[in-house]
Order: sequence, then structure tokens, then C-alpha cells
Amino acid sequence: MSAEAAIERRRTRRLTHFLAQNVGLVLALAMLVMAVVLYGAAYWIEQTALPGMFELTSTVNNTMALVLCGMGQAFVVVTRGLDLSVGGVMDLANALAAVHIKDSVGSMVGWSLAILAIGALLGLVNGLLVAVGRLQPILVTLATLSIYQGLAIRVLPQPGGSIPPVYSSVLVNPNWPTALVYVLVVALIWYAFRRSSLGVSIFALGNDEQAARANGIDTVRAQIAAFTLSGLMSAAAGLFLAATATAGDATTGNGFTLSSIVAVVLGGMNLFGGRGSGVGVIAGAFVTTMIVNILFFSNIDPLYQSFYEGLFLVIAVVLGALISRLMRRRSR
Amino acid sequence: MSEGPATASGPTAPAIEGIKLSRAFGGVQALAGASFSARRGEVHALVGENGAGKSTLIKILGGRLRADAGEVRLAGGTVELDSPDAAHRHGVWTVFQELTLLPWMTVAENLLIRREPRGAFRLIDRARMAKEADAVLAGLGIHNIDPRGLVEDLSLAQQQIVEIVRVIVQDPDILLLDEPTSSLGENEVEWLFGLIRDLSSRNKCIIFTSHRWKEITDVADRITIFRNGGELGTFTEIDENRAVTLMTGQQVDALYPERPALEAARPLLEARALNGPGVSGVSLTLRRGEILGVGGLAGHGHRELFFSLFGAAPTTGGEILVNESKVRISNPHDAIGLGIALVPEDRKTEGLILPMSVGTNLTLAILPQLSALGVIRGGHEGRAALNMVGKLKIRTPGLRNPVHQLSGGNQQKVLLARWLLADSHIVLLYDVTRGVDVATKHEIYELMTSLAREGRAVLFYSSDAEELAHLSHRVLVMREGRIAAELAAPGITAEDIVSAAVREATSIVG
Ligand SMILES: Nc1ncnc2c1ncn2[C@@H]1O[C@H](COP(=O)(O)OP(=O)(O)OP(=O)(O)O)[C@@H](O)[C@H]1O
Ligand SMILES: [Mg+2]
Repeated sequence: MSAEAAIERRRTRRLTHFLAQNVGLVLALAMLVMAVVLYGAAYWIEQTALPGMFELTSTVNNTMALVLCGMGQAFVVVTRGLDLSVGGVMDLANALAAVHIKDSVGSMVGWSLAILAIGALLGLVNGLLVAVGRLQPILVTLATLSIYQGLAIRVLPQPGGSIPPVYSSVLVNPNWPTALVYVLVVALIWYAFRRSSLGVSIFALGNDEQAARANGIDTVRAQIAAFTLSGLMSAAAGLFLAATATAGDATTGNGFTLSSIVAVVLGGMNLFGGRGSGVGVIAGAFVTTMIVNILFFSNIDPLYQSFYEGLFLVIAVVLGALISRLMRRRSR
Repeated sequence: MSEGPATASGPTAPAIEGIKLSRAFGGVQALAGASFSARRGEVHALVGENGAGKSTLIKILGGRLRADAGEVRLAGGTVELDSPDAAHRHGVWTVFQELTLLPWMTVAENLLIRREPRGAFRLIDRARMAKEADAVLAGLGIHNIDPRGLVEDLSLAQQQIVEIVRVIVQDPDILLLDEPTSSLGENEVEWLFGLIRDLSSRNKCIIFTSHRWKEITDVADRITIFRNGGELGTFTEIDENRAVTLMTGQQVDALYPERPALEAARPLLEARALNGPGVSGVSLTLRRGEILGVGGLAGHGHRELFFSLFGAAPTTGGEILVNESKVRISNPHDAIGLGIALVPEDRKTEGLILPMSVGTNLTLAILPQLSALGVIRGGHEGRAALNMVGKLKIRTPGLRNPVHQLSGGNQQKVLLARWLLADSHIVLLYDVTRGVDVATKHEIYELMTSLAREGRAVLFYSSDAEELAHLSHRVLVMREGRIAAELAAPGITAEDIVSAAVREATSIVG
């Protein structure tokens, strides 16, 4: 065999390896492309024009909260857990923002940081209960979900409060898709995470807890860190939600617990832990928004919207599982 | 680190010592005041029956497990090895019996875990990581393992090699190997022994366990025998019979039983030009009462052949006949229905349900027979299971204990017992004596011959050529997915099998 042939063969092997090891990511990106095309078609039929800058801006702004909390959920899912308290943390962050953030730079920066810290703290509580208390993640976070929701209602019993316009326009500019920068930042966070010691620990924990420990990895710390990161990201999502709504509501976050899981699943992450990509989750979050948009333009009765959303999800998951099984078999 | 007051220290002290170590798991006393010591520059074998406490000792020395009582000394000084990291800091590195690789990470990630090369912003440099892993593997003469592939896709032998490599690259002062050869073929074992000899010539200390006597005499300088959680003595020179008697507390006269007489019986299982991933054009005939051995180097299609006969791996061509009529086996359920049983090698992922009880694991395959109207009749389950526990001498505190509490060899016995209970006519045994002690090997051999005598048919693969040579009526040697040679009894020797296997063959190492 000639040297070039050997190099060529190695290159194609690398490609098949990459594809096989990142089936979830590849499928999520493919799904995103499909969703954009479908959306464009639905839009064209309805408006005889293609979606433009306005649609891009509103899509990105509407998806940012889900991107953030989906990423938070992803950290926990990698450890083979689930964080049901995501919505509760968002509620509380949202309520705190509406009550406390005032029209000065100091207040905006100070309270944003404080709220992020509180989110991380709430995540830390989850993590401690799960990792040190050795309790089931679902049970713990189901309980803390209610607690955090309750705290949010105490902070802001009625929808109201206010968010300074400057604050809103920095986070969600209504005219330009500047929030794409934040999407990029989230992707970079994942990139760095995946290449950090913390990332190795959390992934190792999700692969096999016993083996991780035998490798000298502090699995307790890894689990606590994953929940803390989830709380932090959910608080950031709550801030975005407040900025989009320009006022606070202590219940707006509720639906995000489930949609964060949907984004993770559509993003090709394995719910059994240890496998998946955060970039896929970002794509998954956008697909989730696009499905809603497509349904909107297809004139589907809003009453049936969740029915169709569910249908999409099932089809996507089944197809994804089939394709990834096929690809893995071929790569062996 | 404190120096033990009354003990010798410095160059004359043993490299590593366990003194009066005890450890209990619930009611089971795994180690009962066992002492052990090994010197620099020696290869020290640790032998004993399944459940004798070898792994428990190694885990304590390797920092995986705390002893209830007793102490560990290194070069004469008492140390507190409370984590694998602590052991590593003292130059003690371990390959544990149950592998500790992370399945959905790449070989490179596993090899360099927690020592990853860093690039900009102290982030892990993945490209460099793959290159370093490449260099490490090539430097140790390992081909056929791609550092960019996932561990999950490797064969058990390859996984074992990766596990060994990542400890070897740490240049350990004291190397503990718990049954490192159980899933390796002849070539890989030679490779490992080369590494071990090199380490010992550089004055390192190597401790290993094995159930294969030949390996022990090949490479060990001294042998310590364990029984019931205690040491019976350390020997430089001991013959196999005496060792077995000490290990088991009983006389095992002939390890291999007589081959049952073979009549010109009808074929029970036939494969014709079977094709599939890893298997090309394999034809074989297995008759009633026959023990048909399959040999060859690891990774040459045996596994795929066995799994496709059991419907657990896909086939792309050829046909399978049971009782001389064509059958379709597209999943294990079909196979079980046709009276085919498979005992696989990898008990951890392919056979046992580790957190479930010994009793449930034993009777999993016969649940339909045991249950009335879908409800399992506990009494029957218990009786059938208990019977097997006695017959195979499975060491378990009770039927209700979860399987993961058993020693490695006893887990293997549970798996074997399950299929023996299932009353199958065609028994496929895939490396079933892996990690099983001599006395139990003997039991398993007896069982195999009695199965054949009852008119059942046994197809068995073994990485141990001696075993194949002594037990089989015929041996098929596989190479690169094909049957490369067929040897018939009498007069089969292990050397014949090995030489037929290695002719022009590629192996993982070399
Ligand atoms: N985690 C555990 N929980 C309960 N019992 C255990 C546990 N680990 C080991 N044991 C018990 O301790 C005893 C000694 O086990 P050990 O693994 O040390 O044996 P071994 O000599 O390595 O045997 P093998 O040759 O089969 O690997 C066995 O009876 C086993 O069932
Ligand atoms: Mg053991």
C-alpha cells in the first residue's frame, strides 16, 4: 500500500470515527437545517416572502433562554441525572430581576451577578443533596422545583415589577440578532468545558461511576459541579426571560423544565449519561423554537399545538435512534 | 510517612507488605488476617481459588479498598493508602480485575486521563492527545488499536491491553496485575510477560494473579498461595499438584476428564458458508455428543461466529441448520427457542444483571418454566438455583445477595449455571473458564463431558489451547474469520493449535 493511500485511509477512518462518535450532534444539526427549510417554506406559503432579519432576531431572542437552560440541563444529563428544578430557578431569577434591578449601571451589573450567584447556589443545594445525600436526582429536584417556585412567588406575588429598557436592549436587542453573540459564548463555554478537567470528570462520571472513581476522579465533586452549573445557567436563562418580557412573572419559567429536556433530547444527548454534545443541545433548542414557528405558520389550531409538538418529538427521537444505530454498526 | 519502629527498612526491606490484613463484606470475611510481602526485582504470583481473597488484597494494596484491620508497608514504612491516587504517589499502580475503562470515551482519552496534554488557556489539546496515545501504543508494539476509537468498540482483549498500557506508561515501582491474562490470547500474554520481565530486570516489583498454572511457572519467581482469606505460604519451587491441593484443600487427580466416546451421530447444529461482519464462509457440523473446539488468536472472528449462531450478531449470508432443517435465528430469543444456549465471556456487560440477586440471575433463562400464570413460584426458583450453587460450588453468602458481591470467578460460575439450568441441547461456551480456578475448571470440564455424554452438543471457544487440545473431539482453528485448520483427536496438541493460528496471522501486539 502506498503512503498516500495509507494517509487517505486514515483520514476517512477519522471521518467515520467522528461521525460515529458524534451521531447525536450530526443529527441535531441536520434536524436544524430541515427545520429552517420547513420554516422558510411555511413562511413563503403564508407571506410569499422569505423570512428576514426581523424573524432571525426574534427567533434568536426567543430561543436564548432555552439555549441557556438547555445547556444547564445538559451538564446534569451527562452525569446520568436530570434537573427538574430548572424552571424553578428561572422563576426565582426572573422575579428577583423584576423586583431589584434598577436603572443604574451599578444595580444592573450588581444584581445580575448576585442573581447568577443565587442560581449557582440553588444548583449547589441540588448537587449536595444528590451527591452527598446520595438521593435520586429526580426526587431531589422535583422537591426543590416546588421550593424554588414557592420562593419566587414570595419575591413577586403578582406579575409586575419592571426591567430597565437599557437592560433589555443589551440582552435582547429587538432590531438586531445581537443575541447570536451569546449563542456563540454558550458554544464556547461548552467547548472549554469539554476540554477541561471538570469536563473530563463529569463525562467520566456519566460513563461509569465506579470506573471513574477507580481512575481517581472525585465523582462527588463532579456531580455537585454539574448541578451548580445547571443552576447558574438556569439563572442566566431567567435573566434573559425577564429582559424579553421587560417585566417579571414568577411563573414564566415553569414550562422550561420540560423544554430544557426536550432540547437536550433533540440535541442528541444520551439520557443514560456520558455521551452527547452541548453544541447539539443549542441546535436542539433552536429546533424546538422552529417547530413552534412552523406550527404557527401552518395555521394549526393552538389547542392542538402541544399535540403536534409531541408528535415531532417522538418522530425525531425514533428516527435519531434508528439512524445512530445504523451508523454505529457501519463504523465497527 | 512514619518508619515502622521494629521493622527493617532501606534496601533489605520488602518493597511492599500487607500485615495481618482483614476485610469483611457484610457477613463474608474476604480477608482474615492475611499477610503478604514482595521484594524488588521479583515477579510474585498470587494464587488461590475463586473467592480466596486475592482481589481484595490487591484492592487494599492498590488503594481501592480500606482494610478493617492490619497495615500496609512500603519499603518497611507504614503507609495510609486511602485512594488510588495515594498509591500512585508511592509508585504503586494497579490493573484491577474488573476493568476500569470508560466505555464512551476514546482510547486516547482513557490512556491519558487526568494527564491530558494542555494547549492554549490550559485546555486539553485533543490532537496532541491522539498523537501522544499513538506514540505510546506504537512504542509498546501495539497495532490494531486506534487511539481515536471508542473503548466500547474494542474487544475484551484490546480493552485489557489498553488497561495494562496506561499503567505501564506510569513506569510503576510496584505493579499489581489482577488476572491480566484472563482475556488475552497467547501472543498478547507473551507481550505482557516481555513487559513484566523488563520491569523486573529494572528492579521493580510485580505482583500478579492468574488461574493458569503454565503462566505462573513461566514468569513468577515466587508464588504465594491463598485460601479462605489467608495465606498458606510462599514458595519458590512448587509443583502444580501440590499447589492445587493447598489451594483447594483437596486432591484433584486429573484436571482433564476422559473424552466421551463419539458415535456416528446425526448433526445437531450445522453452519454452511456463514458470512457476517468478522466471519467469512464458515462451515461447521456439530454432532450429538460431540465437543467441538474452536481456537485461534483473539479477534479472529470466534466471537462473531458464536454470537451469530446465537442470533446476537448479524449474518449477511449462509445458512444455519438445527436438527438437519434450516432455521432462522435473528435474535437470541429464536436461538433459545431452538435449544441453543450461549455463555459469553464478558459477564459484566453481556450476561449478568449485577445488582440483582444470585438466585434471579441463575433462573433468568428458565423463568417461563418456573412461573405459573406469569407469577414466579419462589420455591421452585430457589430449589433449582440451590442445586446449581452446590453443583458448581458457587461461593455466595446466599441466593438473595446481589451478584456483584461475588468474586470474579464465582460470577462466571453463576452465568454458566444459568444455562445449564436451561436444559439446552446445543451449548455454545465462549471462553467460560476465563478467570475460573483450577478446581472449578475441573468441575466445568466434567460438566462439559457429561453434557456430551447425555447426547447434547458442545461448541466451545477457549483462549487456552491446552484446554482445547485435551477436551475436544475436533478443533477448528480460525484465522481472519475463516476456518484455517481442522485438527482431530486423538493427537491434538496445544502447539498444533497455536502454530495453525499464528501462521501469517495478525495480532493486536507484535
Ligand atoms: N463488594 C463486595 N461485597 C460483598 N462481598 C464481596 C465484595 N467483594 C468481594 N466479596 C467477597 O469476598 C470474597 C473474596 O473475594 P475476592 O474478589 O477477593 O476473591 P478472588 O480471590 O479475587 O477470587 P477470583 O479468583 O474469583 O477473582 C468472596 O467471597 C466475595 O464474594
Ligand atoms: Mg479476583
